[in-house]
Amino acid sequence: MSSEVISSGHSACAGCGEIIGERMVLEALGKDVIVCQATGCMEITTTPYPRTAFKVPWLHVTFENAASAASGIVEADRKLGRNTTVVAIGGDGGMMDIGVRALSGVMERGHDLMLVVTDNEAYMNTGIQRSSGTPKYAATTTTPAGSVVPGKREWKKSISRIAIAHGIPYVATASIGFPEDLVAKVKKAQGIKGPKLLHIYTPCPVGWGYDSSKTVYYAKKIVETGLWPLYEIENGKLTISQRPTFAPLEEYFTGQKRYKHIKPEHIKEVSERVKAGWKELEKQEKAGVDLMLLP
Amino acid sequence: MVGGVVTKVGSLDSNKTGSWRSFRPVIDREKCIGCGLCKKFCPDVCIEIKDKKAEVDYDYCKGCLICKSVCPVQAISSEEEEK
Ligand SMILES: Cc1ncc(C[n+]2csc(CCOP(=O)(O)OP(=O)(O)O)c2C)c(N)n1
Ligand code: SF4
Ligand code: SF4
Ligand code: SF4
Ligand SMILES: [Mg+2]
Repeated sequence: MSSEVISSGHSACAGCGEIIGERMVLEALGKDVIVCQATGCMEITTTPYPRTAFKVPWLHVTFENAASAASGIVEADRKLGRNTTVVAIGGDGGMMDIGVRALSGVMERGHDLMLVVTDNEAYMNTGIQRSSGTPKYAATTTTPAGSVVPGKREWKKSISRIAIAHGIPYVATASIGFPEDLVAKVKKAQGIKGPKLLHIYTPCPVGWGYDSSKTVYYAKKIVETGLWPLYEIENGKLTISQRPTFAPLEEYFTGQKRYKHIKPEHIKEVSERVKAGWKELEKQEKAGVDLMLLP
Repeated sequence: MVGGVVTKVGSLDSNKTGSWRSFRPVIDREKCIGCGLCKKFCPDVCIEIKDKKAEVDYDYCKGCLICKSVCPVQAISSEEEEK
């Protein structure tokens, strides 16, 4: 059994959210694609040489340069008079940290690429090290929670705001908990010429320490709390896809070992940031102004 | 430079991951309404909807029980696998 794009038999952990996201993206794009995959769980678990779970043209690229490789492929493809959808896809580590230079390069040069970040908020493949996508207070192996320091000290970085600062035509956030929204955004992006970036929330039961059956629960809950806003930025104009119910953050933090140590004052701080962030999002949506007017 | 080329697509299906399972999802065909939500979310792409009923391929199912948690009509229960 399998889908059109990926077969069973891959070795992603039971309940892996990232492989759900990878499949949803590729199923939405169809068969005329070339996928450049940065190293990470989605490479290791799918392609133990000489076998592959993929049924579409797929290249393993190093951890740091999926976007650069994709830019070469898309230029060659267009020279041949084709219009294949070329995708650079990677995790938060691959796309937001080590590959961010390659990502920035392709966005600035304007290549006709789909750039996809499947974000599980740490370097999972190498044993749960923190990344710039790891949220504040999350415990990882390199940001352990102790009696003095309660997990990661820094806020999560916004890769979509970094993307939009390049003046690219389309940026969107999505979550595997809302597949219709995710698929609609992937298809819309595919129809736009130029670089477009999708930042997709993909929970990881192993790295976050929750029961494998709850992947979809967390992928929905974080959106309901407002902590993961769903929006699109088309030609610099922001549209909110779905307004949260502002469900209590406890409903999201509970059951995840990475937040086991979290205290009410931390939750209050996160909750204030959610409120302030949403005020800002609403303001930007209402203003309808181009988010990247001048440097 | 290309390191290695694999031309047999989907060939990893020779890897029978069903042996990983500690819990087995069991579908109640009477209750199942064939909505396909379980299939949509299954990380191991091992659910098919046949004749409007969900069917699990136990050769690959790892027993994560996401299917059970998303089923809108509680048509999926779970049983512990015997060792
Ligand atoms: C230059 C380089 N440094 C380090 C590594 C080791 N490495 C492989 S995957 C990985 C982490 C991947 O994290 P992420 O991109 O978030 O993907 P995930 O595994 O979480 O899906 C690291 C550090 C590498 N392959 N290459
Ligand atoms: S560690 Fe997390 S992201 Fe990696 S395969 Fe396992 S569940 Fe998926
Ligand atoms: S338990 Fe997990 S792997 Fe097995 S059928 Fe359900 S969703 Fe798929
Ligand atoms: S989610 Fe439940 S009702 Fe829907 S197809 Fe699966 S088992 Fe049947
Ligand atoms: Mg990651």
